[in-house]
Amino acid sequence: MIRLRLLWRKSLNAIMLSLTGVAAFAVVSVLFLILGYLLLHGGKSLSWDFFTKLPKPVGESGGGMANAIIGSLKLLLLAAVMGLPVGLLAGVYLAEFGGKTFSFVIRYTTDLLNGVPSIVIGIFAYSLVVLPVKHFSTLAGGVALGMMVIPITVRSTEEFLRAVPGSLREGAMALGASKWKTIATVILPAASGGILTGMLLALARVAGETAPLLFTAFSNRFWSPGWGQPSASLPVMIYTYAIAPYDDWHRQAWAAGLVLLMLVLLANLGCRLALNRRGSARSA
Amino acid sequence: MSTTATTIEHAPPNRDRGGARALIQRLRHGDEVAHLVTLTFAAGILLLTSMLVYELWVNSHLSRAKFGWLFFWTRTWDPIFDNFGASPFIYGTLITSIVSLVIAVPLGIAAAIFLAELAPRKISDSISFLIDLLAAVPSVIYGLLGIFIVVPLMRTTIGPLLINTLGHLPYIGKLFKPPNYGVGFFTAGIVLAIMVVPFIISVSREVLLTVPRDQREAALALGATRWESTWQVVIPWARTGILGSIFLALARALGETMAVTMVIGNDPKITASLLAPGYTIAAVIANEFTEATGDLYLSALIELGLVLFLMTFILNGLARILIVATERGGGHSS
Repeated sequence: MIRLRLLWRKSLNAIMLSLTGVAAFAVVSVLFLILGYLLLHGGKSLSWDFFTKLPKPVGESGGGMANAIIGSLKLLLLAAVMGLPVGLLAGVYLAEFGGKTFSFVIRYTTDLLNGVPSIVIGIFAYSLVVLPVKHFSTLAGGVALGMMVIPITVRSTEEFLRAVPGSLREGAMALGASKWKTIATVILPAASGGILTGMLLALARVAGETAPLLFTAFSNRFWSPGWGQPSASLPVMIYTYAIAPYDDWHRQAWAAGLVLLMLVLLANLGCRLALNRRGSARSA
Repeated sequence: MSTTATTIEHAPPNRDRGGARALIQRLRHGDEVAHLVTLTFAAGILLLTSMLVYELWVNSHLSRAKFGWLFFWTRTWDPIFDNFGASPFIYGTLITSIVSLVIAVPLGIAAAIFLAELAPRKISDSISFLIDLLAAVPSVIYGLLGIFIVVPLMRTTIGPLLINTLGHLPYIGKLFKPPNYGVGFFTAGIVLAIMVVPFIISVSREVLLTVPRDQREAALALGATRWESTWQVVIPWARTGILGSIFLALARALGETMAVTMVIGNDPKITASLLAPGYTIAAVIANEFTEATGDLYLSALIELGLVLFLMTFILNGLARILIVATERGGGHSS
């Protein structure tokens, strides 16, 4: 009886532990499935035209998404200009100046802002930028993306500033440097690698956002000069092309998906590898 | 600007000087300015978040005034006669999120156990790295694969399989009835599950790693198997934090837009069968916002946005509290 119970406990142990391993590998394999499918379908449809030509009207095959690629870059530029400085300075405040209660409130708000669904951010940018002037614009899309960049930058900046060894700070202070001088000339440069990587990760995250662009930057079949016109972007193009009933558009959607995924994954891969190396160098 | 030499002179507090001069001195010093500037930007985040809530509240005024609480109960969504009820969307949002959690929670916790308790550090780190990459995949890509891979698979294989097996059971059977078009609550739930599982894994893994080593050793020393020590000692210790990770995942699932919009079928109906097409809050905003011509129509959509915001706001808040509580070692008190 006791032997039987022991056998049962041992087999349960073996079964459950192997199941956990199966679960982990199943989740990881999804990443490779995604990559494989996109390479398979997107690779076939990717051509030089994709990067250099405008979209063709329905029924004509060929054409590309050059305007969407430029549009996405412009939106990211706006997001960087508006979001990164706010995130950086707020992060400096939290790491270097913040008192207890106020910092807690800021940190909590930042986390909550980070959790706001991107479509709601889109509504906000719409009512802030689009409603007053009554038309969609690149600027509105940039505002939406910039707002999503802020919370990610704040938290990564704070984290990397806090990781700077106290001895550096004390050294600068002991030489008589004032606090802000210590921050500007010693601490920020020491943490700059990490902070920049964090910023790049934030941009990579918003580069794939579709929902906040649907009714801010909207979409455009042509070039979008300046900042005040509706603009095409890669994610929105993928969406509209994927739900359309034309095979040719589906092929373009796969190609755009491959390009977008490669950009986002490569940025993530590079950043995370750089961070890991720095992390292990510090602990070694 | 203060050079190194002058700052040394100013280093002791200027107690004997007049208030105004002291202020000027301190401003020249630079610290106060830097403090003020960074504080402004930090406070800017507070302001931005309050503005977000304000805009949602003000712009949904028309709809709130006309429908009141009935907005949440009525089923009609009729832009032509300006009659709006949100219940099919709220229903769809909740159902798809629940389906996704039913799939993602066991999978995520199991994988987290493997990574935190079993796998050697090196393998665990590389798998976590890949799972972080999975979390970085844009949602529209999930939608793309959802439309062209998961939907056909549901229509031809998984759907009929579910109808023929689970569909015959009492009670649960109601959830798996034809018609099965491939798009619907269940398909959206599967895609959402894949999207939120990385969050459950990475947070749960972190929480599991904070469980003290001696807890495991004590259980093993008492003759528990590895699984028993994990299931009966480590998991209960970490359960508040794991619950936090589930809330976080739920908040993500509720607010997820693109992938769901592409596979849910966009039909505002409340149907018992999970295989039927439905609609979610985020999806209806994504689809109809640019077409909303009437003021009341737009206002109703913004009110839906407000509802979505409040749901995720509350869940995220709870999740943070739970995760912080466990990481500070509060989990063992249960």
